[in-house]
Amino acid sequence: MSDTFQLEIVTPTRLLVKDAAEEAQIPGATGYLGILPGHAPLITELGVGEITYKASGTTHTLAVAWGFAEVLPDKVTILAEASERPQEIDVARAQKAKERAEERLKSSNAEVDYARAEDALQRAEMRLNLAKEKK
Amino acid sequence: MANILDIRRRIRSVINTRQITKAMKTVSAAKLRRAQEAAVAARPYSQMLTNVLKSLVSRADTYDPKTGEPRHPLLAERPEKNILLIIVTGDKGLAGAFNTNILKMASKFIQSKPEQNIDIECIGRKGRDFMRRRYPIAPQRPDEASANENANEKEQPGAPSVRPNAAAPERASRVQITGEYVGVLGKVEYNFANTLSQSIVARYTHSEIDAVYLLFNEFKSVIAQRLVVERLLPIKQIGEVDVEMAEEPTPEERKQRIEAAKAEGVGLRKPDTSATDEAAAKFATLPVDYIYEQPPEQLFQGILPKYIGIQIFHALLESVAAEHAARMTAMDAATINASDMIDSLTLVMNRARQAKITKEIIEIVSGAAAAQ
Repeated sequence: MSDTFQLEIVTPTRLLVKDAAEEAQIPGATGYLGILPGHAPLITELGVGEITYKASGTTHTLAVAWGFAEVLPDKVTILAEASERPQEIDVARAQKAKERAEERLKSSNAEVDYARAEDALQRAEMRLNLAKEKK
Repeated sequence: MANILDIRRRIRSVINTRQITKAMKTVSAAKLRRAQEAAVAARPYSQMLTNVLKSLVSRADTYDPKTGEPRHPLLAERPEKNILLIIVTGDKGLAGAFNTNILKMASKFIQSKPEQNIDIECIGRKGRDFMRRRYPIAPQRPDEASANENANEKEQPGAPSVRPNAAAPERASRVQITGEYVGVLGKVEYNFANTLSQSIVARYTHSEIDAVYLLFNEFKSVIAQRLVVERLLPIKQIGEVDVEMAEEPTPEERKQRIEAAKAEGVGLRKPDTSATDEAAAKFATLPVDYIYEQPPEQLFQGILPKYIGIQIFHALLESVAAEHAARMTAMDAATINASDMIDSLTLVMNRARQAKITKEIIEIVSGAAAAQ
Protein backbone atom coordinates (compact mmCIF):
# COMPACT_ATOMS: atom_id res chain seq x y z
CA MET A 1 0.00 0.00 0.00
CA SER A 2 1.48 3.29 -0.99
CA ASP A 3 1.34 6.12 1.50
CA THR A 4 -0.34 8.62 -0.76
CA PHE A 5 -3.48 8.72 -2.82
CA GLN A 6 -4.43 10.68 -5.89
CA LEU A 7 -6.64 13.66 -5.03
CA GLU A 8 -8.66 15.41 -7.69
CA ILE A 9 -10.98 18.32 -7.16
CA VAL A 10 -13.15 19.16 -10.14
CA THR A 11 -15.43 22.17 -10.49
CA PRO A 12 -17.75 22.98 -13.39
CA THR A 13 -15.17 25.29 -14.90
CA ARG A 14 -11.88 23.56 -14.28
CA LEU A 15 -9.79 20.88 -12.70
CA LEU A 16 -8.77 22.69 -9.54
CA VAL A 17 -6.45 20.22 -7.84
CA LYS A 18 -4.61 17.16 -9.03
CA ASP A 19 -2.14 16.08 -6.46
CA ALA A 20 -0.76 13.14 -4.53
CA ALA A 21 -2.04 13.61 -1.00
CA GLU A 22 -1.09 11.90 2.21
CA GLU A 23 -4.28 12.70 4.00
CA ALA A 24 -7.41 14.75 3.49
CA GLN A 25 -10.36 16.07 5.41
CA ILE A 26 -13.55 16.65 3.49
CA PRO A 27 -16.78 18.18 4.68
CA GLY A 28 -19.41 15.52 4.18
CA ALA A 29 -23.04 16.57 4.38
CA THR A 30 -23.30 14.89 7.76
CA GLY A 31 -19.90 15.79 9.14
CA TYR A 32 -16.21 15.93 8.32
CA LEU A 33 -14.49 12.83 7.03
CA GLY A 34 -10.84 12.13 7.48
CA ILE A 35 -9.31 10.13 4.67
CA LEU A 36 -6.05 8.25 4.59
CA PRO A 37 -4.72 6.05 1.80
CA GLY A 38 -6.49 2.73 1.60
CA HIS A 39 -9.89 4.02 2.59
CA ALA A 40 -12.87 1.82 1.78
CA PRO A 41 -14.84 2.83 -1.32
CA LEU A 42 -17.33 5.50 -0.37
CA ILE A 43 -19.63 8.01 -1.99
CA THR A 44 -20.86 11.01 -0.09
CA GLU A 45 -22.55 14.30 -0.58
CA LEU A 46 -20.56 17.32 0.50
CA GLY A 47 -21.77 20.16 2.63
CA VAL A 48 -20.35 23.61 3.01
CA GLY A 49 -16.92 23.75 4.54
CA GLU A 50 -13.22 23.43 4.03
CA ILE A 51 -11.24 20.72 2.37
CA THR A 52 -7.87 20.26 3.99
CA TYR A 53 -5.27 18.03 2.46
CA LYS A 54 -1.63 17.36 2.99
CA ALA A 55 0.57 16.88 -0.02
CA SER A 56 4.34 16.39 0.26
CA GLY A 57 4.40 17.80 3.76
CA THR A 58 2.44 21.02 3.22
CA THR A 59 -1.17 21.48 4.18
CA HIS A 60 -3.58 23.10 1.75
CA THR A 61 -7.04 24.39 2.47
CA LEU A 62 -9.86 25.05 0.03
CA ALA A 63 -13.35 26.39 0.38
CA VAL A 64 -16.09 24.18 -0.95
CA ALA A 65 -19.84 24.53 -1.24
CA TRP A 66 -21.98 21.60 -2.32
CA GLY A 67 -20.68 18.70 -4.27
CA PHE A 68 -19.95 15.08 -3.71
CA ALA A 69 -16.98 12.84 -3.44
CA GLU A 70 -15.95 9.40 -4.42
CA VAL A 71 -13.35 7.78 -2.22
CA LEU A 72 -11.36 4.80 -3.43
CA PRO A 73 -8.35 3.18 -1.75
CA ASP A 74 -5.90 4.95 -4.03
CA LYS A 75 -7.93 7.83 -5.36
CA VAL A 76 -10.27 10.54 -4.12
CA THR A 77 -12.32 12.53 -6.58
CA ILE A 78 -14.28 15.50 -5.39
CA LEU A 79 -16.90 17.16 -7.54
CA ALA A 80 -17.48 20.57 -6.08
CA GLU A 81 -20.04 22.96 -7.38
CA ALA A 82 -18.02 25.86 -6.05
CA SER A 83 -14.50 25.61 -4.75
CA GLU A 84 -11.81 28.21 -4.22
CA ARG A 85 -8.36 28.54 -2.86
CA PRO A 86 -8.19 30.95 0.08
CA GLN A 87 -6.35 33.59 -1.92
CA GLU A 88 -9.05 33.48 -4.59
CA ILE A 89 -11.90 34.31 -2.26
CA ASP A 90 -13.55 37.60 -2.97
CA VAL A 91 -13.89 38.91 0.57
CA ALA A 92 -15.99 41.92 -0.32
CA ARG A 93 -18.43 39.76 -2.21
CA ALA A 94 -18.72 37.22 0.59
CA GLN A 95 -19.20 40.03 3.10
CA LYS A 96 -21.99 41.46 1.01
CA ALA A 97 -23.61 38.07 0.60
CA LYS A 98 -23.45 37.57 4.34
CA GLU A 99 -25.13 40.88 5.09
CA ARG A 100 -27.81 40.20 2.54
CA ALA A 101 -28.54 36.76 3.93
CA GLU A 102 -28.68 38.07 7.50
CA GLU A 103 -31.10 40.79 6.53
CA ARG A 104 -33.24 38.24 4.81
CA LEU A 105 -33.30 35.96 7.81
CA LYS A 106 -34.29 38.85 10.06
CA SER A 107 -37.17 40.00 7.92
CA SER A 108 -40.54 38.43 8.63
CA ASN A 109 -41.59 38.47 5.02
CA ALA A 110 -43.33 35.26 4.03
CA GLU A 111 -41.81 35.48 0.58
CA VAL A 112 -38.28 34.94 1.82
CA ASP A 113 -36.87 31.52 1.25
CA TYR A 114 -35.30 30.84 4.64
CA ALA A 115 -33.57 27.64 3.72
CA ARG A 116 -31.87 29.34 0.85
CA ALA A 117 -30.90 32.37 2.88
CA GLU A 118 -29.44 30.14 5.57
CA ASP A 119 -27.41 28.26 2.99
CA ALA A 120 -26.13 31.51 1.60
CA LEU A 121 -25.20 32.73 5.07
CA GLN A 122 -23.33 29.52 5.81
CA ARG A 123 -21.39 29.74 2.57
CA ALA A 124 -20.51 33.37 3.11
CA GLU A 125 -19.31 32.78 6.66
CA MET A 126 -17.23 29.83 5.65
CA ARG A 127 -15.56 31.86 2.93
CA LEU A 128 -14.88 34.77 5.24
CA ASN A 129 -13.42 32.53 7.93
CA LEU A 130 -11.14 30.81 5.52
CA ALA A 131 -9.98 34.06 3.97
CA LYS A 132 -9.23 35.48 7.43
CA GLU A 133 -7.33 32.42 8.59
CA LYS A 134 -5.01 32.52 5.65
CA LYS A 135 -4.18 36.19 5.86
CA MET B 1 -15.24 57.15 -67.82
CA ALA B 2 -15.20 57.17 -64.01
CA ASN B 3 -13.25 59.83 -62.27
CA ILE B 4 -9.84 58.53 -61.22
CA LEU B 5 -9.91 60.48 -57.98
CA ASP B 6 -13.26 59.00 -57.02
CA ILE B 7 -12.07 55.47 -57.62
CA ARG B 8 -8.94 56.09 -55.63
CA ARG B 9 -11.02 57.32 -52.72
CA ARG B 10 -13.23 54.28 -52.97
CA ILE B 11 -10.25 51.94 -52.88
CA ARG B 12 -8.93 53.64 -49.80
CA SER B 13 -12.23 53.17 -48.02
CA VAL B 14 -12.42 49.49 -48.94
CA ILE B 15 -8.88 49.00 -47.67
CA ASN B 16 -9.93 50.51 -44.35
CA THR B 17 -12.92 48.19 -44.16
CA ARG B 18 -10.71 45.24 -44.91
CA GLN B 19 -8.43 46.21 -42.07
CA ILE B 20 -11.37 46.22 -39.67
CA THR B 21 -12.77 42.89 -40.79
CA LYS B 22 -9.34 41.35 -40.62
CA ALA B 23 -8.87 42.54 -37.06
CA MET B 24 -12.31 41.28 -36.08
CA LYS B 25 -11.48 37.93 -37.53
CA THR B 26 -8.28 37.66 -35.53
CA VAL B 27 -10.11 38.68 -32.37
CA SER B 28 -12.84 36.13 -32.99
CA ALA B 29 -10.30 33.41 -33.60
CA ALA B 30 -8.63 34.18 -30.28
CA LYS B 31 -11.96 34.22 -28.49
CA LEU B 32 -12.95 30.99 -30.17
CA ARG B 33 -9.83 29.34 -28.88
CA ARG B 34 -10.59 30.53 -25.39
CA ALA B 35 -14.19 29.38 -25.64
CA GLN B 36 -13.08 25.98 -26.81
CA GLU B 37 -10.71 25.70 -23.89
CA ALA B 38 -13.50 26.59 -21.49
CA ALA B 39 -15.72 23.93 -23.02
CA VAL B 40 -12.97 21.34 -22.65
CA ALA B 41 -12.31 22.37 -19.05
CA ALA B 42 -15.98 21.90 -18.23
CA ARG B 43 -16.10 18.37 -19.59
CA PRO B 44 -14.80 16.29 -16.68
CA TYR B 45 -17.29 17.72 -14.22
CA SER B 46 -20.31 17.12 -16.39
CA GLN B 47 -19.17 13.65 -17.31
CA MET B 48 -18.57 12.66 -13.75
CA LEU B 49 -21.91 14.06 -12.73
CA THR B 50 -23.63 12.11 -15.47
CA ASN B 51 -21.80 8.95 -14.46
CA VAL B 52 -22.74 9.22 -10.83
CA LEU B 53 -26.34 9.72 -11.80
CA LYS B 54 -26.25 6.74 -14.09
CA SER B 55 -24.79 4.49 -11.47
CA LEU B 56 -27.23 5.81 -8.90
CA VAL B 57 -30.16 5.05 -11.16
CA SER B 58 -29.25 1.39 -11.00
CA ARG B 59 -28.95 1.47 -7.22
CA ALA B 60 -31.70 3.81 -6.17
CA ASP B 61 -35.26 2.91 -6.96
CA THR B 62 -36.09 5.73 -9.26
CA TYR B 63 -39.45 4.21 -10.06
CA ASP B 64 -41.99 3.15 -7.52
CA PRO B 65 -42.22 -0.63 -7.84
CA LYS B 66 -45.95 -0.68 -7.07
CA THR B 67 -47.31 2.04 -9.26
CA GLY B 68 -44.54 2.30 -11.80
CA GLU B 69 -44.58 6.05 -11.26
CA PRO B 70 -41.25 7.81 -11.26
CA ARG B 71 -40.19 8.81 -7.77
CA HIS B 72 -38.52 11.98 -8.81
CA PRO B 73 -40.70 14.74 -10.24
CA LEU B 74 -38.11 15.56 -12.91
CA LEU B 75 -38.53 12.15 -14.45
CA ALA B 76 -42.31 12.40 -14.63
CA GLU B 77 -43.73 12.74 -18.10
CA ARG B 78 -46.94 14.65 -18.54
CA PRO B 79 -48.91 15.48 -21.64
CA GLU B 80 -47.31 18.58 -23.11
CA LYS B 81 -49.58 21.53 -22.61
CA ASN B 82 -47.24 24.23 -21.48
CA ILE B 83 -43.81 24.30 -22.96
CA LEU B 84 -40.80 26.33 -22.01
CA LEU B 85 -38.43 27.08 -24.85
CA ILE B 86 -35.03 28.49 -24.02
CA ILE B 87 -33.29 30.09 -26.95
CA VAL B 88 -29.58 30.75 -26.87
CA THR B 89 -28.37 33.35 -29.37
CA GLY B 90 -25.52 35.82 -29.37
CA ASP B 91 -25.45 39.27 -27.83
CA LYS B 92 -23.82 40.78 -30.88
CA GLY B 93 -24.33 40.68 -34.60
CA LEU B 94 -21.85 40.53 -37.48
CA ALA B 95 -21.66 36.79 -37.15
CA GLY B 96 -23.03 35.81 -40.51
CA ALA B 97 -26.23 33.81 -40.34
CA PHE B 98 -25.55 32.61 -36.81
CA ASN B 99 -28.42 34.39 -35.07
CA THR B 100 -30.75 34.26 -38.06
CA ASN B 101 -30.46 30.50 -38.30
CA ILE B 102 -31.22 30.02 -34.64
CA LEU B 103 -34.25 32.26 -34.82
CA LYS B 104 -35.49 30.56 -37.97
CA MET B 105 -35.27 27.29 -36.13
CA ALA B 106 -37.15 28.83 -33.21
CA SER B 107 -39.98 29.88 -35.48
CA LYS B 108 -40.06 26.42 -36.97
CA PHE B 109 -40.24 24.87 -33.53
CA ILE B 110 -43.04 27.16 -32.43
CA GLN B 111 -44.98 26.32 -35.57
CA SER B 112 -44.50 22.62 -34.94
CA LYS B 113 -46.34 22.97 -31.63
CA PRO B 114 -49.53 24.74 -32.68
CA GLU B 115 -51.65 23.41 -29.82
CA GLN B 116 -49.48 24.11 -26.83
CA ASN B 117 -48.80 27.19 -24.80
CA ILE B 118 -45.21 28.22 -25.24
CA ASP B 119 -43.17 30.31 -22.84
CA ILE B 120 -40.02 31.72 -24.33
CA GLU B 121 -36.86 32.65 -22.50
CA CYS B 122 -34.08 34.24 -24.48
CA ILE B 123 -30.43 34.18 -23.61
CA GLY B 124 -28.63 36.74 -25.74
CA ARG B 125 -29.64 40.15 -27.00
CA LYS B 126 -30.29 39.15 -30.61
CA GLY B 127 -32.84 36.53 -29.70
CA ARG B 128 -34.56 38.84 -27.30
CA ASP B 129 -34.90 41.64 -29.85
CA PHE B 130 -36.35 39.25 -32.39
CA MET B 131 -38.83 37.64 -30.03
CA ARG B 132 -39.93 40.93 -28.54
CA ARG B 133 -41.05 42.13 -31.93
CA ARG B 134 -43.20 39.04 -32.39
CA TYR B 135 -44.55 37.97 -29.05
CA PRO B 136 -45.86 39.80 -26.01
CA ILE B 137 -44.14 39.79 -22.65
CA ALA B 138 -45.90 37.80 -19.97
CA PRO B 139 -47.75 39.80 -17.33
CA GLN B 140 -45.52 40.40 -14.38
CA ARG B 141 -46.11 39.05 -10.93
CA PRO B 142 -45.39 41.94 -8.58
CA ASP B 143 -44.50 39.91 -5.49
CA GLU B 144 -41.96 37.85 -7.39
CA ALA B 145 -39.93 40.78 -8.55
CA SER B 146 -38.98 41.77 -5.02
CA ALA B 147 -38.61 38.26 -3.63
CA ASN B 148 -36.22 37.17 -6.28
CA GLU B 149 -34.05 40.19 -6.29
CA ASN B 150 -30.59 39.15 -5.15
CA ALA B 151 -32.01 35.81 -4.16
CA ASN B 152 -28.82 34.02 -4.94
CA GLU B 153 -25.68 34.15 -2.96
CA LYS B 154 -23.80 35.96 -5.65
CA GLU B 155 -25.12 38.75 -7.77
CA GLN B 156 -26.34 37.63 -11.12
CA PRO B 157 -25.35 39.86 -13.96
CA GLY B 158 -28.16 38.33 -15.95
CA ALA B 159 -30.87 38.36 -13.34
CA PRO B 160 -34.07 38.19 -15.33
CA SER B 161 -35.75 41.50 -15.81
CA VAL B 162 -39.02 39.80 -16.63
CA ARG B 163 -40.42 37.40 -14.09
CA PRO B 164 -42.41 34.26 -14.82
CA ASN B 165 -46.12 34.69 -14.35
CA ALA B 166 -46.92 31.57 -12.39
CA ALA B 167 -49.59 33.20 -10.27
CA ALA B 168 -51.15 35.21 -13.05
CA PRO B 169 -53.71 32.88 -14.56
CA GLU B 170 -54.16 34.60 -17.89
CA ARG B 171 -51.46 34.52 -20.49
CA ALA B 172 -50.54 37.45 -22.66
CA SER B 173 -50.96 35.15 -25.63
CA ARG B 174 -50.38 31.53 -26.58
CA VAL B 175 -46.74 32.28 -27.17
CA GLN B 176 -45.25 34.67 -24.69
CA ILE B 177 -41.90 35.79 -23.36
CA THR B 178 -41.28 34.97 -19.73
CA GLY B 179 -37.66 35.82 -19.37
CA GLU B 180 -34.65 37.34 -20.97
CA TYR B 181 -31.00 37.31 -20.10
CA VAL B 182 -28.72 39.77 -21.81
CA GLY B 183 -25.02 40.20 -21.28
CA VAL B 184 -24.35 36.83 -19.67
CA LEU B 185 -22.49 35.41 -22.64
CA GLY B 186 -19.34 37.51 -22.40
CA LYS B 187 -18.17 35.36 -19.54
CA VAL B 188 -20.31 32.29 -19.06
CA GLU B 189 -20.66 31.60 -15.36
CA TYR B 190 -21.78 28.30 -13.96
CA ASN B 191 -23.69 30.21 -11.34
CA PHE B 192 -25.95 31.73 -13.93
CA ALA B 193 -26.78 28.34 -15.45
CA ASN B 194 -27.40 26.97 -12.01
CA THR B 195 -29.78 29.75 -11.03
CA LEU B 196 -31.65 29.40 -14.28
CA SER B 197 -31.95 25.66 -13.83
CA GLN B 198 -33.26 26.11 -10.30
CA SER B 199 -36.03 28.33 -11.56
CA ILE B 200 -36.85 25.87 -14.34
CA VAL B 201 -36.87 22.90 -11.99
CA ALA B 202 -39.14 24.75 -9.58
CA ARG B 203 -41.60 25.58 -12.34
CA TYR B 204 -41.51 22.04 -13.63
CA THR B 205 -42.13 20.46 -10.25
CA HIS B 206 -45.05 22.84 -9.71
CA SER B 207 -46.48 21.66 -13.03
CA GLU B 208 -46.43 25.16 -14.43
CA ILE B 209 -44.60 23.75 -17.42
CA ASP B 210 -44.72 20.23 -18.81
CA ALA B 211 -41.61 20.21 -20.93
CA VAL B 212 -38.47 22.26 -21.32
CA TYR B 213 -36.66 22.59 -24.62
CA LEU B 214 -33.32 24.21 -25.20
CA LEU B 215 -32.44 25.59 -28.61
CA PHE B 216 -28.80 26.35 -29.26
CA ASN B 217 -25.96 25.93 -31.67
CA GLU B 218 -24.11 22.78 -30.76
CA PHE B 219 -20.38 23.06 -31.19
CA LYS B 220 -18.13 20.05 -31.02
CA SER B 221 -15.48 21.53 -33.27
CA VAL B 222 -15.28 23.94 -36.18
CA ILE B 223 -16.48 21.26 -38.58
CA ALA B 224 -18.84 19.44 -36.27
CA GLN B 225 -21.60 21.80 -35.33
CA ARG B 226 -25.31 21.95 -35.82
CA LEU B 227 -28.45 23.60 -34.55
CA VAL B 228 -30.35 21.50 -32.07
CA VAL B 229 -33.46 21.61 -29.97
CA GLU B 230 -32.82 19.46 -26.94
CA ARG B 231 -35.43 18.39 -24.49
CA LEU B 232 -34.13 19.10 -21.00
CA LEU B 233 -37.19 18.02 -19.09
CA PRO B 234 -38.64 15.54 -18.48
CA ILE B 235 -35.45 13.48 -18.39
CA LYS B 236 -35.91 10.38 -20.41
CA GLN B 237 -32.54 8.76 -20.11
CA ILE B 238 -29.67 10.14 -18.14
CA GLY B 239 -26.56 10.69 -20.15
CA GLU B 240 -28.47 10.67 -23.43
CA VAL B 241 -29.23 13.85 -25.28
CA ASP B 242 -32.85 13.98 -26.22
CA VAL B 243 -32.78 15.77 -29.56
CA GLU B 244 -36.10 16.99 -30.79
CA MET B 245 -34.93 18.82 -33.89
CA ALA B 246 -31.57 19.25 -35.54
CA GLU B 247 -30.22 21.05 -38.54
CA GLU B 248 -26.86 20.37 -40.09
CA PRO B 249 -24.98 23.14 -41.85
CA THR B 250 -24.90 23.12 -45.66
CA PRO B 251 -21.73 21.88 -47.38
CA GLU B 252 -20.82 25.41 -48.51
CA GLU B 253 -21.08 26.72 -44.98
CA ARG B 254 -18.90 23.94 -43.80
CA LYS B 255 -16.31 24.62 -46.48
CA GLN B 256 -16.21 28.30 -45.61
CA ARG B 257 -15.73 27.49 -41.96
CA ILE B 258 -12.85 25.17 -42.67
CA GLU B 259 -11.12 27.76 -44.79
CA ALA B 260 -11.56 30.48 -42.22
CA ALA B 261 -10.26 28.26 -39.47
CA LYS B 262 -7.24 27.21 -41.52
CA ALA B 263 -6.33 30.81 -42.26
CA GLU B 264 -6.33 31.59 -38.55
CA GLY B 265 -4.64 28.40 -37.47
CA VAL B 266 -7.56 27.24 -35.34
CA GLY B 267 -7.65 23.50 -34.92
CA LEU B 268 -10.41 21.87 -36.94
CA ARG B 269 -10.70 18.75 -34.93
CA LYS B 270 -12.11 18.37 -31.54
CA PRO B 271 -9.42 18.89 -28.93
CA ASP B 272 -8.20 15.57 -27.67
CA THR B 273 -9.97 14.82 -24.43
CA SER B 274 -9.73 11.06 -24.48
CA ALA B 275 -7.42 10.88 -21.46
CA THR B 276 -9.60 13.00 -19.20
CA ASP B 277 -12.71 11.37 -20.61
CA GLU B 278 -11.41 7.99 -19.70
CA ALA B 279 -10.60 9.07 -16.19
CA ALA B 280 -14.00 10.68 -15.85
CA ALA B 281 -15.74 7.60 -17.14
CA LYS B 282 -14.37 5.60 -14.27
CA PHE B 283 -15.83 7.95 -11.69
CA ALA B 284 -18.26 6.27 -9.31
CA THR B 285 -18.87 3.40 -11.68
CA LEU B 286 -16.40 0.82 -10.41
CA PRO B 287 -18.00 -2.52 -9.67
CA VAL B 288 -17.22 -2.27 -5.98
CA ASP B 289 -19.52 -1.97 -3.02
CA TYR B 290 -19.49 1.65 -2.13
CA ILE B 291 -20.36 2.84 1.31
CA TYR B 292 -23.07 5.40 0.80
CA GLU B 293 -22.94 8.10 3.40
CA GLN B 294 -26.41 9.10 2.34
CA PRO B 295 -29.04 6.79 0.92
CA PRO B 296 -28.66 6.61 -2.88
CA GLU B 297 -32.17 8.02 -3.28
CA GLN B 298 -31.20 11.13 -1.42
CA LEU B 299 -28.01 11.56 -3.43
CA PHE B 300 -30.00 11.11 -6.60
CA GLN B 301 -32.51 13.75 -5.63
CA GLY B 302 -29.75 16.17 -4.82
CA ILE B 303 -27.82 15.65 -8.01
CA LEU B 304 -30.59 15.54 -10.57
CA PRO B 305 -31.31 19.28 -10.59
CA LYS B 306 -27.59 19.95 -10.95
CA TYR B 307 -27.64 17.80 -14.03
CA ILE B 308 -30.02 20.28 -15.67
CA GLY B 309 -27.76 23.12 -14.63
CA ILE B 310 -24.69 21.55 -16.14
CA GLN B 311 -26.53 20.87 -19.37
CA ILE B 312 -27.50 24.51 -19.68
CA PHE B 313 -23.97 25.53 -18.79
CA HIS B 314 -22.64 23.33 -21.53
CA ALA B 315 -25.08 24.64 -24.08
CA LEU B 316 -24.01 28.18 -23.25
CA LEU B 317 -20.33 27.38 -23.60
CA GLU B 318 -20.88 25.66 -26.92
CA SER B 319 -23.09 28.42 -28.20
CA VAL B 320 -20.46 31.03 -27.35
CA ALA B 321 -17.81 29.02 -29.17
CA ALA B 322 -20.11 28.63 -32.16
CA GLU B 323 -20.82 32.34 -32.20
CA HIS B 324 -17.14 33.19 -32.33
CA ALA B 325 -16.59 30.59 -35.01
CA ALA B 326 -19.45 32.04 -37.04
CA ARG B 327 -18.08 35.56 -36.65
CA MET B 328 -14.64 34.39 -37.66
CA THR B 329 -16.07 32.77 -40.78
CA ALA B 330 -18.13 35.82 -41.66
CA MET B 331 -15.19 38.16 -41.20
CA ASP B 332 -12.94 35.90 -43.22
CA ALA B 333 -15.44 36.04 -46.07
CA ALA B 334 -15.70 39.80 -45.72
CA THR B 335 -11.94 40.18 -45.85
CA ILE B 336 -11.76 38.09 -49.02
CA ASN B 337 -14.57 40.07 -50.59
CA ALA B 338 -12.84 43.33 -49.75
CA SER B 339 -9.62 42.10 -51.38
CA ASP B 340 -11.52 41.13 -54.52
CA MET B 341 -13.17 44.50 -54.60
CA ILE B 342 -9.84 46.30 -54.25
CA ASP B 343 -8.43 44.28 -57.15
CA SER B 344 -11.29 45.04 -59.49
CA LEU B 345 -11.36 48.71 -58.51
CA THR B 346 -7.62 48.99 -59.07
CA LEU B 347 -8.09 47.53 -62.52
CA VAL B 348 -10.83 50.03 -63.35
CA MET B 349 -8.69 52.86 -62.05
CA ASN B 350 -5.64 51.85 -64.10
CA ARG B 351 -7.78 51.57 -67.20
CA ALA B 352 -9.20 55.00 -66.59
CA ARG B 353 -5.75 56.49 -66.06
CA GLN B 354 -4.41 54.81 -69.19
CA ALA B 355 -7.37 56.05 -71.20
CA LYS B 356 -6.77 59.58 -69.97
CA ILE B 357 -3.08 59.45 -70.97
CA THR B 358 -3.95 58.04 -74.39
CA LYS B 359 -6.52 60.75 -74.89
CA GLU B 360 -4.00 63.45 -73.97
CA ILE B 361 -1.39 62.06 -76.41
CA ILE B 362 -3.96 61.95 -79.18
CA GLU B 363 -4.87 65.54 -78.44
CA ILE B 364 -1.23 66.65 -78.54
CA VAL B 365 -0.47 64.71 -81.69
CA SER B 366 -3.55 65.86 -83.51
CA GLY B 367 -2.96 69.44 -82.31
CA ALA B 368 0.61 69.29 -83.67
CA ALA B 369 -0.60 67.82 -86.96
CA ALA B 370 -3.15 70.61 -87.32
CA ALA B 371 -0.53 73.27 -86.68
CA GLN B 372 1.71 72.09 -89.51
